[in-house]
Formats: sequence, structure tokens, C-alpha cells
Amino acid sequence: MMSTHLFLAAAEGEEHNPLIPLWEEVAISLVVFGILFFAIKKFVAPKFEATFAERTKAIEGGIAAAESKQAEADAKLAELEQQLADARHEAARIREEAREQGAQIVAELREQAQAEATRIVDHGKTQIEAERQQAVTSLRAEVGTLATTLAGRIVGESLDDDERQSRVVERFLADLEAGTPGVN
Amino acid sequence: MITPSSVTAADEFHAPGPSIFDLPPVFEIGSLGVTKPMLQLIVAAVVVFGFLYLAIRKGTLVPGRLQYAGEEAYGFVRNSIGRDIIGSHDFQKFTPYLVSVFFFILLNNLFASIPLFQFPTFSRSGMAYALAGLSWVIYNAVGMKKHGVLGYLKLQSVPSGVSPAMYPLLVPLEFFSNILVRPVTLALRLFCNMFAGHILLVLFATGGFYLITEYGGIGYVAGPLALVLAIVVSFLEMLIQFLQAYVFALLNAMYIAGALADEH
Repeated sequence: MMSTHLFLAAAEGEEHNPLIPLWEEVAISLVVFGILFFAIKKFVAPKFEATFAERTKAIEGGIAAAESKQAEADAKLAELEQQLADARHEAARIREEAREQGAQIVAELREQAQAEATRIVDHGKTQIEAERQQAVTSLRAEVGTLATTLAGRIVGESLDDDERQSRVVERFLADLEAGTPGVN
Repeated sequence: MITPSSVTAADEFHAPGPSIFDLPPVFEIGSLGVTKPMLQLIVAAVVVFGFLYLAIRKGTLVPGRLQYAGEEAYGFVRNSIGRDIIGSHDFQKFTPYLVSVFFFILLNNLFASIPLFQFPTFSRSGMAYALAGLSWVIYNAVGMKKHGVLGYLKLQSVPSGVSPAMYPLLVPLEFFSNILVRPVTLALRLFCNMFAGHILLVLFATGGFYLITEYGGIGYVAGPLALVLAIVVSFLEMLIQFLQAYVFALLNAMYIAGALADEH
């Protein structure tokens, strides 16, 4: 069809310089393009831009959410680690305290035992001293009587003169105590 | 369609000339004859808008197939033509224009290779002039709005970093190339590519049929070869059709960026 017209047109000699525009073509181009432009500007471009913006926002929101979750987890981990360290510290402190207390108890017990031993020894010493004193006293009385009796018998005279007798005995005992016996 | 019978009507081969672009009106409204390229303009506008509108109608965060295709198409012009050339500060305002220009021209160019259309709309010079003229108005208006009329003319005409002694020579040249020549080259580049490509295709196709049906002898070898070449040229043309749409939109973006720039 096209070539039919082509040859018809050529035959009729309607040569038209293709560089010279037809005004109706200029006009219709502008009108059609103008309508397309306004339709795109009003109905298409805003929707595309809104979709792009929404998508960017969604992706950025997702990243932000993930970041906040990560931060939360980090904080929780740090908190747990802190708690663990605290617990370890506490345990160490309690152990140390127990050791100190143990040592203190041992020391106290040792001290008590020492004191008890000292007390027992002192008590024994006092008792011994007292008994010795008692023995010395009774011995002294007996020895006096015995010696006087013995001496009376030997001498054959009564030494019942109390005054003299007691003087002799005292002297003897004093010598005895001084470690230098008067009678050899 | 090109049929051998239409060629056999003439004994001698008539090479296709500029007249093949003067199509008779499909129908007439009053005194205005509505031709095929005019209808193609409307179809292209409807298809471009329909595709993008349907693609983004739901506008979900996770796109379906159609929305993904629409986003890729829109995003291609928005990002690689608009944002990369004009800069992220100002490009949003011009995205609708650049998207419209690119896809409108692309589809109208592709019509040259789509069966039943098979006519590049912008091989009609008036249509190319219209879009180039519009682009001229837009980038100059944008520049004048930002810098004022005189400031803008100074920006476009007076090159920076050149000694004033050179001004008498350079200022008219810069004015000529930045203000006067741009719309002309913009229009002619698109128009001539579409015009020449179509003529070439028609030449190969009609010539091939003529050689087979009329010439005889060596024509039986050369004719099929010409038809094969017509197919090869068709693919080349599709590349050119895309490139011309891309270049037109890209240059628009560059002119706008130049008009918005603070320094020449």
C-alpha cells in the first residue's frame, strides 16, 4: 500500500522538501507530547518516587531495627558479664573471709587452751604449795615432839620444861632450814 | 506492505525518494488530514503512559513483574540520565519531562520496525522540530529563571577562565553554539537518522523485490542478498532508534544541567 502511494505521489510530482515542516504536525506533536508530559507528571512520577522513597525508608528502617536489636543484645551481654564478674568477686571475698575467720577461730582456741593449761598448772602448783605448807607445818610439830621425846629418852631427863624445849626445837629447825644442821 | 505487484507496475526501477514520507491522510477531520505518523504519536503517548501507569498503580514495596519492569524503565531515565547529568540536587523536577521525552521518542522510533506501523514518526521533520523547540524553550527558561535573563545570557555566552581580549571572538561563538545551534542539531539529528534509516530499508526491500521479479539473471542472486541485507539493516536501525531516543533525552539533560550550572 505504502509503495503504491509512493509511486502515485512520485508520478503526480508532489515533491515536498522534507526539511520544511507541516504546521499541523508541529502542533499535534506539541499537543500529544504535552498531554503525555502532564499525565506522567501527575499520575506516574509521584507514584514512582513515593514507592522508591517508601522502599528506601523500609530498608533503612530494617537496618535501624537490626542495629537497635544488636545494641540491646550487646548491652545484655555486658550486663551478664558484669554480673558474672560480681559473683566471682563475691565468691572470692567470701572465701577470703572464711579463711580469715578459720584462722581467727584456730588462734582463739589455741589461746583458750593455753590459758586453760596455764590455769590448770597454776592451780596444781598452788595446791602442791598448800599441801607442802601443810605438810611442813604438821611435820614441824611432829618432828619437834618426836625429837624432844627422843632426846628426853636419851638424856633421861625430862625435857618437859616447855620454855627450854621450845627454844631448842626452834633453834634446831632454824638450822635445818638454813641447811646447816646444828647437830652433826 | 510492499508487494512485488506494486513494483512490477513500473518497468524501470524507481528508487525511493523523499516522497515516500508523504503519506496520504488515513481520515480527515474538516480540512485536517490525519496521517499515520500523527496517529502513531497518539498511540505512543497512550502506550507509554499506560505502561508506566499500570506498572506503578499498586506501588508495592516488593514489586511484581510488571512493576519491576516499570521501575527499571523509569529508574533508567531517572538515574542514569536525570540524576547523573543534572545532579542529585535538582534532577527530581525534570524527571517527568525526561521520562516522557525518552519513552515517547523511543516508541515512536521503534514504530519504524514494528509490523503494521513500519514508519518512523520523527522522519516527519515537523515532529522533530516540535520536540527540539520545546526542549530549547525549557532549558533556556530554566536558566533564565535561575540566573535572570542577563545572568543566563552571560553564563551561556561568556566563557570563564579566558582573557577578556578573546571575548570579541568567543562571545558570539558561544552564544551561537549554545543558544542558536542546539535546537537545530537536536532536531536534525533525530529527523535525519529516522529519515535516512527508513529510506535505506525501503531501498533494500523494494530493490530486492525488483531484482527478483523484474531484472532476471543476476537479479536472482542479488535480490535475495538485498533482502537479507534489509534484515541486517533492520537490526542496525533498531539500535539507532534506541540510541537516538537516548541521545535526545541525554542532551536535554545536559542542556538543563548547563543552564543550571553556576559557572560556564
